[in-house]
This record gives sequence, C-alpha cells and structure tokens, in this order.
Amino acid sequence: MYQRLRTFLFVGPGLAWLTFFMVVPCLLVFLYSFFERGVYGGIVYDFTFENFDRAFDPLYLAILLKSAKIAGLATLIALLIAYPAAYAIARAPAQRQPVYLFLVMLPFWSNYLIRTYAWIVMLNREGLINRALLDFGLVGEALPLLYNEASVVTGLVYNYVPFVILAIYSSISRLNPEIAEASEDLGAPSYKTFLRVILPLTLPGIAAGAVFVFVLSIGNFITPDLLGGGRVQMVGNLIYDQFLEARDWPFGSALSLILIGVMMCLLFAQAVAVNRSAEGTR
Amino acid sequence: MSARIPRRRDPAKLFLGGHLWLVYTFLYVPILVLMALSFNDLGLPTAWGGVSLKWYGELAQNDAVLRAALNTVIVAVVSTILATLLGTLLAFGVERRQRRNNTMEALLFAPMIIPDIVLAIALLSFFTALNFTLGLHSIIMSHVVFNIAFVCAVVRTRLRNFDFSIVEASIDLGAGEVTTFRRVTLPAIFPGVLAGGLLAFTLSVDEFIIAYFTAGAGQGSTTLPMQIYSMIRFGVTPEINAMATIVMLVSFTLVFISQRIDRKAISQ
Repeated sequence: MYQRLRTFLFVGPGLAWLTFFMVVPCLLVFLYSFFERGVYGGIVYDFTFENFDRAFDPLYLAILLKSAKIAGLATLIALLIAYPAAYAIARAPAQRQPVYLFLVMLPFWSNYLIRTYAWIVMLNREGLINRALLDFGLVGEALPLLYNEASVVTGLVYNYVPFVILAIYSSISRLNPEIAEASEDLGAPSYKTFLRVILPLTLPGIAAGAVFVFVLSIGNFITPDLLGGGRVQMVGNLIYDQFLEARDWPFGSALSLILIGVMMCLLFAQAVAVNRSAEGTR
Repeated sequence: MSARIPRRRDPAKLFLGGHLWLVYTFLYVPILVLMALSFNDLGLPTAWGGVSLKWYGELAQNDAVLRAALNTVIVAVVSTILATLLGTLLAFGVERRQRRNNTMEALLFAPMIIPDIVLAIALLSFFTALNFTLGLHSIIMSHVVFNIAFVCAVVRTRLRNFDFSIVEASIDLGAGEVTTFRRVTLPAIFPGVLAGGLLAFTLSVDEFIIAYFTAGAGQGSTTLPMQIYSMIRFGVTPEINAMATIVMLVSFTLVFISQRIDRKAISQ
C-alpha cells in the first residue's frame, strides 16, 4: 500500500497532465468524428457515420492516396540515400564515427520551418539551382522547380534523412562482424553476403527509419504547404482546412482518426518486423 | 574516410566514401547558402553586393519579430521547467517499479509519435469546449504535453544504469523520500535531467503547428516560428535569411552544449 502511494506521488502529476491535455482532447476528437456539423460551423450532437463515408469520397480518397504516395516516395528515397551513408559511417575508423554521426544529425536539430525555407531559396525561379543552370547555359529559361510533388518529396527527404541514417547505423554497428566474415570464408561473394546476411540482419533499423519517415510525412502539414504552395494537398493540409477554414470539425476529426489508424498499423508492422528478426538471430 | 587511402582502391569503399560526401553536401549546401545570403548587401539571391550586416540591423528594428522572440523564450522556459519537473519524477517512478505497465508505456510513447496536426486540433477542440481563453498560457500547457514524454524518455535511459539499492539504503538510514530524491537520486541522474531539459527547450523553441492552433486570435501571443511562417509565406526576403541564420546558430549552440554534457556524463 505504502509503495503504491509512493509510486503514485512520482508518477501521478505527469500522468494527470498527459491525461488531461492529451487523452481527453483525443477522446473529444474521437467523439466529434461521429457527430454532424452545424450550419454555421459548430457541432450538432447527432450520431452519424457520414464523416467517415465522406473521407472515402473519390475527392478525398484521392488526397489520402496522394499523401500515401508522396510519403512512400519520400521513404524509399530516404532509405536509398541513408543505407549506404550509414554503412560508410559504420565502416569508418571507430574514433571518427561519432563525428560523422554528429555532422549528420546537426541539421536535424535546427528549426523545421527554416530547413524547409532553405529549399524555397534553393529551388525558386531566382534560386541557386536555376541560376546555375542558366549560367552554364543548360536551360534557356528558369525551370519551375518549386510548388510540385517533387519539391515536396525533396523537402521531406531532406528533413528526415538524418534520422534514417541514425536508425540504420545503429542496426549495422550492432552487427557482429564475424557473421559477415563467416559468410565470406564459406565462399559467398561479397554482394551475396550483403544481400543474404547483412541486409536481413539490419532490417529492424530499416523498418524503424522507414516507419519514421512515412508516419511523419503522411501527416505533414508544413512541407506540402510551403514547398507545394497550395498546389499539393495532403491529409495534413486537409485537416488544417477543416479546422481553420471550412469549420467542419467533425469531418476534420474523422480524417485525424483515419490518419492515426494508418499510423498505428504501420507501427504494429514495424514491431512485428523487429520481433521476427530478433527470432532469426537467436 | 576510406576513399583517402590511395593504396587499396576497393570500388565498394570508394563508392561508399563518395556517397557520404554527397550526403553531407545535400545536408549542408541549403543551410550554408541561406547563411551566406543573409550577409549579402544587395539582399538578392542572384547577385553578390559584398558583405554587410544591414539585414541584421533591419531585423533588430522589427518590433513584431522581437515581440515574437520574447514570447518564444517565455513559452520555452516555462514549458521546459514544468516538463522537466514532471518528466523526471515520472521517469523515476516508472523505472523504480519492477513491473512494466503497458498502458503507461503507451501513454508515454504517444506524445512522441502523434502527428502534430492531430494534437493541435485535439487541443484546440478541448480548449474551445471548455471555453478557455487562449494565449501564451495555453501554448505552454500544450508544449508541456510532448515535452514531458521526451524528458521522461531521456531521463529513463540514464536511470537504466542506476542502482536503486542506494535509494533503499538512504531510506533505511532514515532520510525521507524527498530528501533521498534531492540528495541521492537527483545528483546521480542530473546529466540526464539537463540533457532532457535542453531537448525540451529546443523542441519548444522550434514548435510551430501546436502553438499556431492554441495561440488564439490575438497578435500578442505570436511565437517566433509563427512569425517565421507568416514571413515565409510572403516570399524570400533577406530579413528572413538573417533571422533564419540567428535561429540556426542558437540551435546549433544548444546542440553543442548538450553534446558536451553528454560526453562529460559518459566520462564520469
């Protein structure tokens, strides 16, 4: 009894804060998603599934699918960039590895808006890339590099690739080098050692990095807003509009629940992948 | 890097080394370009007019920016103090229990992964339902939510190597629960608490969407990221470049400090 009370004194205030300012607000969103929207905004307390029906309307389904496509593309490119980079760091001399990792993570700690803005500076009509292309005579006039899906994907990859490198690096550095040596001693060519031994064993790191990029990308608001310039709409922007512009909170709530549902499925899949590979190494 | 060693020209190593340098180029060129442009006297991205601090001067006279910076410092300091206090106690309570409580783990993990926009609309709905007046205080309350989780996570990693028997020993010797925490536990885990606090401060300074939704309609509670956002939407200007440079340098300084704390803690 005394021990319970003691634990409660430590844990209680923090948990109360999280309950009051996170659990209750989220339950409220859950409830709102089953209500109707009033004529002038606001909420009419009539139970309905209409908001979820509407989310799968072709118009909104297209936005959901486009968000998934952009997030998927960003994830794939981030993995392709991150894996060899993490591999290179893991194979560098041990005392240099922390420095290389620090240099990877440093930009990650600066403001997200500013990192995104840096790409507006790079990609706009008077930006550095267009300037260089024009100066070298590669193009006749400035290219529209900004405000399309490609610029949104670029921004997402740029913002999240450091974390993917970190996740994959921690997986690779935990590998026992003797496993790869054993495979090579047994006559496997190095590409086969990589594909059959190293890659499967580093799957947890790949899964962690991939889920991280995908989850943060699919619910992203800032990057599609700034680098898509209103021309690339993703779920995050749609939720934003429902709350601050269209004033349809129930529909915005339903979209938020769908987003959380997708995310939970992915986290579950990641947990399964990690468990599987843990069994494999046993 | 291995590519520098000329004798063994293993193509795989050359590729890996070259790739890593390309990644660094990708990561740093946009930031460095931005910083360089902030010193361009002409303020244009296309032509160089010599080094000048003109745009920093303009920034220093922009009242909206200064007000926003002050608001950000208030929000970050208060929410960091609250979150560090609650998060540290939480970490200690959770780690001392022998049994793992899955509901609690989920509750502590959720703020770190829930999309910002979802937490933002949830808090807006909540505050509106309670008819709560929005302002700096509601931003602070909201920032404490995700900051608790991050502080708790950082402090818990520090507590994994902590010997809880010294806590029992102290209590057996007659020190109270509070004295023991202050004199025995806290000094031992202090580097973790400091690192967690710095992380919370950085996250709070940078946070935009939740602040945007919970700030209310008044101009008085605009934070720096909100100010940056509205300026960015307006277009590329040399003033934003100057502000971005200052904000980045502050963030990088904080990261350096927390790295030093970390290294000191490890060497102890």
